[in-house]
Amino acid sequence: MKIAIASGKGGTGKTSLAVALLHANAERARLLDCDVEEPNCHLFLSHTVIGHKAVELLIPQVNPNLCKLCGKCVEACQFNAIAIAGNQVMIFNELCHSCGGCARICPHGAIQEFPVKIGELSQSRCKNEAELLTGTLEIGHASAPAVIKAAKKALPLQDVPFTLIDSPPGTACTFVAAVEDSDFVFLVTEATPFGLNDLKLAVEALLNMELPFAIIVNRIQSETNLITDYANQQGFPIWLQIPEDRHIAETYARGGNLLDVKPELKKVLRELLDRCQP
Amino acid sequence: MKINKPKELVVISGKGGTGKTSITAALAQCFSTKVLADCDVDAADLHLLMKVKSYKEYPFIAGHIAQINEEKCQNCGLCATLCRFDAITQTDNLYKISKQSCEGCKVCVDACPNKAIEWIESQTGVWKETYTEQGLMFHARLFPGAENSGKLVSHVREKAKQYAVSNQIPLILVDGPPGIGCPVIASVTGASAVLIVTEPTPSGHHDLERILTLTKHFRIPAYVIINKADLSDEFCTRIQETSEQFNSIIVGKIPYSPLFTEAQLLGKSILEVFPESNESKTIKSITNVMSHKMELQISRND
Amino acid sequence: MKIAFSTEGESLESLLDTRFGRCPRFLVWNFETNSFTLVDNSQNLQATQGAGIQSAQNVINTGAEALVTGHCGPKAFKVLQAAGIPIYVAESLPIRELIDSFEKGTLLQLKEADVEGHW
Repeated sequence: MKIAIASGKGGTGKTSLAVALLHANAERARLLDCDVEEPNCHLFLSHTVIGHKAVELLIPQVNPNLCKLCGKCVEACQFNAIAIAGNQVMIFNELCHSCGGCARICPHGAIQEFPVKIGELSQSRCKNEAELLTGTLEIGHASAPAVIKAAKKALPLQDVPFTLIDSPPGTACTFVAAVEDSDFVFLVTEATPFGLNDLKLAVEALLNMELPFAIIVNRIQSETNLITDYANQQGFPIWLQIPEDRHIAETYARGGNLLDVKPELKKVLRELLDRCQP
Repeated sequence: MKINKPKELVVISGKGGTGKTSITAALAQCFSTKVLADCDVDAADLHLLMKVKSYKEYPFIAGHIAQINEEKCQNCGLCATLCRFDAITQTDNLYKISKQSCEGCKVCVDACPNKAIEWIESQTGVWKETYTEQGLMFHARLFPGAENSGKLVSHVREKAKQYAVSNQIPLILVDGPPGIGCPVIASVTGASAVLIVTEPTPSGHHDLERILTLTKHFRIPAYVIINKADLSDEFCTRIQETSEQFNSIIVGKIPYSPLFTEAQLLGKSILEVFPESNESKTIKSITNVMSHKMELQISRND
Repeated sequence: MKIAFSTEGESLESLLDTRFGRCPRFLVWNFETNSFTLVDNSQNLQATQGAGIQSAQNVINTGAEALVTGHCGPKAFKVLQAAGIPIYVAESLPIRELIDSFEKGTLLQLKEADVEGHW
């Protein structure tokens, strides 16, 4: 089953939790880093890269011998990726969404599509034997969702029961691409007004998508019931609460993970995955 | 003297959770006259630290999407075959376009033999004009699943700038979006200075390098604040080295402190709740340095 | 010869809009007839991406042989260069003054894109 780890706001400890979940469930889970603009999981896992694969999109190319400079492709392109200047058609690959509209509309059959690299998937084996798959978008390309979709389609090294997905922060199109068709979502938040505000946005998005989720509250400081009150009122489950702890922050600063400080959480992190089963 | 071009100070961070918004709110307290702009259109939080008096909300329209007119549709399925975004699916013999998946390429609209697909304007968010005790603030909210192309960010900045020019306000203080992608680029182009709030962790350092590369590209002067500075000496040294490589000055170091969260829980900035704390003093000194660097001719609240 | 100016206004007293991709219109000055036409560019205010490229296409379609604007990104620069249209940059001044400067040859010609593109 696929479990996405998401959060409305960055810096809530989403990556940290994803890494800890992988450690606690090493023999039965793998991790996909779908935060393709800033994939950071690899910084916290000792691993060996065992393979790379390019992510490609079909991008149009114009055959100048057939092109009559009629401009129909410029008109058809909704992404402003084509222009006619002098006596040539210029296509800007990084703006192309690969819809195929220009090739379809060209009355002279002058446009053909070819695969072009827009990102990369790298496959690693971690020291704990689990698999890490990292999607990285090439800087300057617009199609982050395409790289995320490719990462989710990549075949596992070996079949394991749980696929964990570290999603990009926020609720924009990249978030949707990462969490859609998951079986369950963990929403990581922190017990602050910012955390609550951003949690509400993420919840709204997940309710729209009709995805089941549970809340994980991180960095609980002082006596605040901010998140618990909201969750109880709305009837949303909270599955784990992690207190604010300077040691966790220091360990993270050294590239360590949650379980290094709180090994007792291992059992809880295993149960978390079991509870997702319907 | 007439102000045609107000100074624009943009606070960004690369990775989220470094304390960018809390620090922006504290800086806002230090400058006497300014316009505020929250460019984190995915999750705007700055208003949570401001006393809001009232606000006005406007729709934000960006581009178009396709919509099937059920009465005209003959269920031929051509659109679903052509769509490269898996946005068109058939359920109960009816074809439907998912608003979330449609990227607005118009291929299906042009191809439909029955002209049954309409091309409708798509509202992807709202933008707001909010009156706070700290002056007028512009912010926005992108609807879930919308593409954050940076356009809404540009829109918020543009509104703030227009207001600053027509009311002769010398400074725009911008709370920037997280990350290093398109929204960030849209928030920093043409700014007077960028203030980067980072933290001494592997991801903090990693993202700082990417951000400084970006600001160097744009030739925007960049200054660095290390928040939670006492978490790791090793990464503080690395941040120092990286900043030097890019000719950026570190204008302040703030320790790992519970005071920011305590102030946030009260809906206030740290300067209001703990004005005498070392953290607040550091922020005041950062304000002085930035005013000097940006040649700002305005008074500061000391 | 015709030259295009990016602007928010509709007359020779209007100021140059220093944005290229997202300027609302172009004023195209014709040196032969000493008159101008206005060309709408507002569809690009709505564009989520590629505004510079389409603005460049609009300038090319006006038949202008030079462009005066504030800044120009790499993609638009490439398109205008391919069309053989030189780009001159200036501050936000009245277009009437800029026509003078153009004739005197005191405007600065851009040899490469001066702002980073974003998408």
